[in-house]
Amino acid sequence: MLIAILVMSAMGTVLAAALAGLQSSASRRERLLTERINQALPQTQCGRCTFTGCKPYAAAIARGEADINQCPPGGDATAQVLADMLGRQPKPVDPHFGIVRKQSRVAYIDEPACIGCTKCIQACPVDAIVGASKFMHTVIAAQCTGCELCVAPCPVDCIEMREIGDVQTPWRVLAS
Amino acid sequence: MTTAINHGGLRLAGNKQRSTLKPSRLIAAPAQAVLPLDQHAGAPASPRVKVGDRVLRGQLIGQAEGEISASLHSSIAGRVRAIETRPVPYHRGSPSLCIVIDNDGSDSEVTGSLVDYRSLDPRALCEHIEAGGIVGLGGATFPTAPKLRRGQQAPDIQLILNGAECEPWISCDDMLMREQAQDILQGAVILCHALQAKRCTVVIEDDKPDAERAMRGALTKLNDERVAILSVPTIYPAGGENQVITAVTGMEVPSTGLPSDIGVLCLNVGTAAAIARWLDRGEPLIRRMVTVTGSGVNEAGNLDVWLGTSISDLIGESGGYAGSLARLLMGGSMMGLALPTDDLPVVKASNCLVAALPADLHPRGVEMPCIRCGNCSEACPALLLPQQLHWFAGSQDLGALEAHGLMDCIECGCCDYVCPSQIPLAQRFRDAKPALIERLTAREQAFLARERYESRDARIERIEAERQAKLAEKRKSMTARG
Amino acid sequence: MTPPTSPAPHVIAPNSVRRVMPIVIVALVPAIVMHVVFFGIGLAVQLVLGITISLVAEAIALKLRHKPLLPFLTDGSAIITGVLLAMCLPPLAPWWLVVSGSAFAVLLAKHLYGGLGANPFNPAMVGYAVLLVSFPAQLTQWLPPQLADLHIVRPGVGDSLYTIFAGHLPAHLAWDAITSPTPLDSLRTSLAMGQTMQEAQANPMFGALGGRGWDWINLSLLGGGVWLLALRIIRWHIPVAMLAALAMPAAVMNAVDPGAYAGALFHLTAGASMLGAFFIATDPVSAATSNRGKLIYGAGIGAITYVIRTWGGYPDGVAFAVLIMNAAVPLIDRYTVPRIYGHAR
Repeated sequence: MLIAILVMSAMGTVLAAALAGLQSSASRRERLLTERINQALPQTQCGRCTFTGCKPYAAAIARGEADINQCPPGGDATAQVLADMLGRQPKPVDPHFGIVRKQSRVAYIDEPACIGCTKCIQACPVDAIVGASKFMHTVIAAQCTGCELCVAPCPVDCIEMREIGDVQTPWRVLAS
Repeated sequence: MTTAINHGGLRLAGNKQRSTLKPSRLIAAPAQAVLPLDQHAGAPASPRVKVGDRVLRGQLIGQAEGEISASLHSSIAGRVRAIETRPVPYHRGSPSLCIVIDNDGSDSEVTGSLVDYRSLDPRALCEHIEAGGIVGLGGATFPTAPKLRRGQQAPDIQLILNGAECEPWISCDDMLMREQAQDILQGAVILCHALQAKRCTVVIEDDKPDAERAMRGALTKLNDERVAILSVPTIYPAGGENQVITAVTGMEVPSTGLPSDIGVLCLNVGTAAAIARWLDRGEPLIRRMVTVTGSGVNEAGNLDVWLGTSISDLIGESGGYAGSLARLLMGGSMMGLALPTDDLPVVKASNCLVAALPADLHPRGVEMPCIRCGNCSEACPALLLPQQLHWFAGSQDLGALEAHGLMDCIECGCCDYVCPSQIPLAQRFRDAKPALIERLTAREQAFLARERYESRDARIERIEAERQAKLAEKRKSMTARG
Repeated sequence: MTPPTSPAPHVIAPNSVRRVMPIVIVALVPAIVMHVVFFGIGLAVQLVLGITISLVAEAIALKLRHKPLLPFLTDGSAIITGVLLAMCLPPLAPWWLVVSGSAFAVLLAKHLYGGLGANPFNPAMVGYAVLLVSFPAQLTQWLPPQLADLHIVRPGVGDSLYTIFAGHLPAHLAWDAITSPTPLDSLRTSLAMGQTMQEAQANPMFGALGGRGWDWINLSLLGGGVWLLALRIIRWHIPVAMLAALAMPAAVMNAVDPGAYAGALFHLTAGASMLGAFFIATDPVSAATSNRGKLIYGAGIGAITYVIRTWGGYPDGVAFAVLIMNAAVPLIDRYTVPRIYGHAR
């Protein structure tokens, strides 16, 4: 009986030590997890999750400082993916962070009204607006992620969000 | 003997005897030619004629638009009756914009200039091939010029001409190799020049001894040591592009890449012959060899057909129907499209028409559940697990479908053929692909957006760093001064 | 001409589930004949009962699930379940044993999970396992083989039928007089009593290979299995892996201590080894998917069978080994997806 206890304890200790030794350091694990979470996010860079981009949000989730349901562009599908990845209960997107839209939207600049101030160009996180100071600005629809960060800075309110109709962009898939 | 199929594949009855008994014949020009502007992969051509215009045979009537597109030429001399949507033998039913030309009986033609390929550099040669409306004649109709351009970017590329023709019933390439071996090899030489390729291999299945003999004879006369002929065992689908490339090079085409990534370009023998015809005789792509066969036509054979001819005309040229058809297939019995009517035009993709009576085909029985017997994975030439793909397609599990390689499915139908539960596997996979393609495209777009975001971040940081550096410089010079 | 259309491909091999099952049953016939020769008419009666009840249960389930009767009843899978279960039961088992087992197998282990193609566990083995744990006594009432030199009381045809359908022996027979343990059971009891392997196998019930009678049955099953392999009805991966994983530990342990452990040949010809290897474990629905997975699956069954037989609580472990590995199949499948053309090696 005693021998059995001693042998099992010894085996347990040896195996635990081996497992612990083979583990990567905590910081490396957190970095890898952040990268994995970031891969699952839609890269809209809109900031609705209260972080300045998708990567900071991913890092916050990895550190345990943010919940998995803060991403409206990713929608419930992304929340589900994150829940599966982290072994947590899936939950729908918290409407506090924004509306989950069925159809994705892209920004559209009403060109006659544009005054060429470049405020929207500076706001766009993915460089989807072309233009320069005193020159016409226009949104490259195929590269617009629908983050809406350009709408507020426009001093003449000439930017509106339009539903994707014929525009070839697959962002709607991640939101649906 | 090198084999194209290392795993799976099927030995099928060829059914090519009847259609290769007699030489091919050129049919008369049709009374009306219906020429769809999008009868090739990529963007449709835009019309260059208007209703009422007089056109000559060989005249350009549609201009290629964009990077992947092809031109269209008139196959008959006459007047443009209409430019309107008409039903076409692809798109599963939805009609396409076509140029409809009425034959005026004048038989006048305009030929392109005769070009010595050696006088053009590869780039110019490519543009000239584009001007001839040349597309892949193996059935996929990929425009040849953009394909060549991509191949030209690879450092040391080798050319493969696909004369395997593995699918049952189809014999047009067989006939072409028997009768136009010289043209095919001339096309090979032209293509070698365009690609600066040092090697060209023509692949022929071993059930075509006459074709192989003719090609070897022409090769001896050509006396070009760059070109060689490789015989492969007759296993379906040895003629698939991936399979042919593996047979010649021993390498596999990467799943997320193209043949040019491993230094190979593969074209159909018919495409090579069409290129030779365009350069040496000034005839753009306005006709092609079509096999008309099946127990449902009285006289099976290979016809040299003007594009735009109605399929019903071809049946008429073949002695008419011999009974009530079970199916009218464009293509072979494994991957061919079942046409709903014979009132459709012959297009660049039309390699074969099978007027099938019930005895020619063996249709599917009642579909039963999958019993996971594994026949399908044994038969799959792409080394997939169709039983798993079927399971995931049913539950629409896109992640699992991607992990199990749905996009690597070549839709050959081998799994279908051997399934004891009669499950229409190939069709299920065809239906599941669009959803997966959408997801993969979305993921790629997200990846690109992230790259743009990160580069923008880096740019802003760099500008800020430069500004700070300048400020520091200024401060230093100011303190130095006073 | 407006012919009908359908998606490609337009030719399908004339092959169907319907063709496979009769061939499997034919492969079992020699073994069934051997069984009747050595152990009497009982098996034949169990087979009739098993097949009938399996079909009836299948029909009931199909009706409840609103599925068409004809294609499913004629696909042969219910018949196979009934046959395999009947072959696992003692020949004089009461009628309600095979009836309840078959019904349980078809209704619960097959249709509750979704019917043909959807059952994660082998239905016949589920039925057998349920009977084994619920009615252990009845499942130990095996008969000795009919051999000239063994002095046994053999119930006649009439007595056998009476026993099966009445559920108990006729007045003039007693269980003690007519039953005898299976070779595996006998070996286990002898070893537990302190006898060596040689002493245990000196019993006239044992022959050169294994239990007499049973060795013939297993050899017939081996023959049937090889025939199925030749016809490519089954693939070699599972049978070879299972038999190898059963034989190797047996050979090793036998070499270490011949007195305490039976050898490889004995294990291969005893109990349900051959039946399991060629007819039970090869059930495609509940087995692993890829060839590599099948090797792991078969090996697992063989190894667990040996463990249960040697150190476990039951004389034969094939049924439980199969069920345990059935549960492991999703995990095996997950890690043995074969390399696809064009993907990195």
